[in-house]
Amino acid sequence: MTVVQNLPLICFYAFAAVMLLSALAVITLKNTVHAVLALVLTFFSAACMWLLAEAEFLALALIVVYVGAVMVLFLFVVMMLDIDVEKLREGFVKFLPVGLIVAVVMLVEMLGVIGVHAMQLRTGSVDPAAAVGMSNTEWLGFALYTRYLLPFEIAALILTVGVIAAVALTLRERRDARYENASRQVKADPRKRLRMVKMPPAHGDESTAQEEPHA
Amino acid sequence: MPTLNDVLIMLPELYVVTATCFLFMLDAFMKPAQRPLLHWLAIGVLLVAIFMVVAGQPEGTVTAFGGMFVRDQVAEIIKVFALATTAMVFVYGRPYLIDRGLRGGEFYTLMLFAVVGIMLVVSAGNLLTLYLGLELLALSSYALVALNRDQKLPAEAAIKFFVLSALASGMLLYGMSMVYGASGMGGEATLGLAQLNQVLGYTTAPKLLQFGMIFMIVGVAFELGIAPFHMWLPDVYHGAPSPVTTFISAGSKLAAFGLAYRLLATGMGDLGEQWRLILAVLATASLVIGNLVAIVQTNFKRMMAYSTISHMGYLLLGLSAGNPEGYAAAMFYAICYALMAVAAFGVMLALSRAGFECEEISDFKGLNQKAPWMAFLMLLAMFSLAGVPPLFGFWAKVMVLEAAIHGGMLWLAIVGIVTAFIGLYYYLYVIKVMYFDQPEEGGAVAAKPDRSLRVVLSANALSLLVLGVWWGPLLGWCKRAFGA
Repeated sequence: MTVVQNLPLICFYAFAAVMLLSALAVITLKNTVHAVLALVLTFFSAACMWLLAEAEFLALALIVVYVGAVMVLFLFVVMMLDIDVEKLREGFVKFLPVGLIVAVVMLVEMLGVIGVHAMQLRTGSVDPAAAVGMSNTEWLGFALYTRYLLPFEIAALILTVGVIAAVALTLRERRDARYENASRQVKADPRKRLRMVKMPPAHGDESTAQEEPHA
Repeated sequence: MPTLNDVLIMLPELYVVTATCFLFMLDAFMKPAQRPLLHWLAIGVLLVAIFMVVAGQPEGTVTAFGGMFVRDQVAEIIKVFALATTAMVFVYGRPYLIDRGLRGGEFYTLMLFAVVGIMLVVSAGNLLTLYLGLELLALSSYALVALNRDQKLPAEAAIKFFVLSALASGMLLYGMSMVYGASGMGGEATLGLAQLNQVLGYTTAPKLLQFGMIFMIVGVAFELGIAPFHMWLPDVYHGAPSPVTTFISAGSKLAAFGLAYRLLATGMGDLGEQWRLILAVLATASLVIGNLVAIVQTNFKRMMAYSTISHMGYLLLGLSAGNPEGYAAAMFYAICYALMAVAAFGVMLALSRAGFECEEISDFKGLNQKAPWMAFLMLLAMFSLAGVPPLFGFWAKVMVLEAAIHGGMLWLAIVGIVTAFIGLYYYLYVIKVMYFDQPEEGGAVAAKPDRSLRVVLSANALSLLVLGVWWGPLLGWCKRAFGA
């Protein structure tokens, strides 16, 4: 009975543990392709946690957009790059103990100060979607275009700036680039391409004629 | 539900966004011969925006979009000066950009979007808009720093800026999530800054709230360039194209002040006693590190970067007082610093030419013999930065020191005064180099013959003198904004 009651909590801890371990794997694995796959697992665990919080739309969007599109692109790029993995990880082992100590001390401090007890407290908020009798997706759409219209629009602006910045930083006008100009090709005039030249027949000896066959 | 009234309240922001998009499209379809027009149009957009901000100033405080956007006097003053200093950057930067072939529409577009970011940050009434405004500003800034992409230094600076800024932004967001969590324990979870102010009263997890606040302070300190979160500043100042450096030292710092004020004073006012002390310690570190390391710099831009670090320390002096008088003094300081920095970099930009950056202090040797007027304008800027009376910088320092003493932080004020004397050295060194050294081969020669640059730069530097004598109205404006 208690296990059934606590099932969401157990699932939460299980997904959280998987997520933390896979996140750790992202930064520790030697093979970059494995690291990207570990990142996929991290996103997937996060999506599962959102499902537990009854945010179905966000969970599916995370899988479809991040796992399905962004991470696959990422994987392509990583596979195409020729990275010297050994060199990349050189400093890592050296600084790992220091980093680990700092991380553990911070974790212990945070747990000590904030307390495990406080973390287990339930929030006083109610699910806003359930309160108005809507599905999660419906409520999300409703909230985005009414209450959160301004942040939504600012996010759109940020994306615009991202596009402009990407173009500004990568677009190059190459003068040596070869490209086809269709309209010039159509307009091409055969008389301008081929010039008929009348030349007097050559009277020189054979060797000169062989040296300059096109003259 | 958003209404027309919400839209009217944020009309200046909407205007700048629309005009920027329009300029952007115009740039794409313009003939190359008409491109110079873009420069004047961009300045026009900023001037009209200043007019809209001042003319549409509401009585008291009004909010839009359910409290997500706040329009009050504090926001109005910062916006006016951020818009004005950006217009100055356009004027000063034009010859520099023409010489280096960077004068594309993207410089103006990105700068204007960055300005929109500043306007949103200083008007934010909600953690969400605050963060998004900051990201808009930051993303535009990364691209602007890397704009001169064929050279190594800007690329390196941009990567450093991007990585460290992303880390700081992550810290800020982490802190915000903790604060949001704390607000939901024992009450309704909220992102509104005004509502967060009451969280300490009811929350069952006050420690979580404090933890969140500390993470948020890290983010704020990074944006301001406060030691020990200052490492990005010298490299970014050095590597970025000089007009962008000017913008980062003026407009971005005004935004960072707005961020600190909104987040700490509005959002975390209840925890004032705690963040005041943290800010005081950070201010001490900044004042000492900034002023001491600036002494050994040979590059003018790097020296100005460390100078910025120390000046942001003074700004924190005002904020750490934790009362309206202190906030007013800090805002007065932020405005003063923006005007001084723009003037100092303006002279540098005026003396740069194609293939010559004029960024080493030794480039200024004997400037008085070659360009006496430019040397005089630089002298005004340096004296003002050093805080020599009767210039503007002196009064700004007096106000923050006074605020710190009234706030019960006498020791901090003493640190501020001692480090101000240390700082005198490197500002006076620049003046010594300009007036008493013999000119060298390969240094700066006469300034650009650009008339608009000369007129605006002269007005800018002389305003430091005028405001040094007649600072009352501006200070009064700042004090009224905070009700001090």
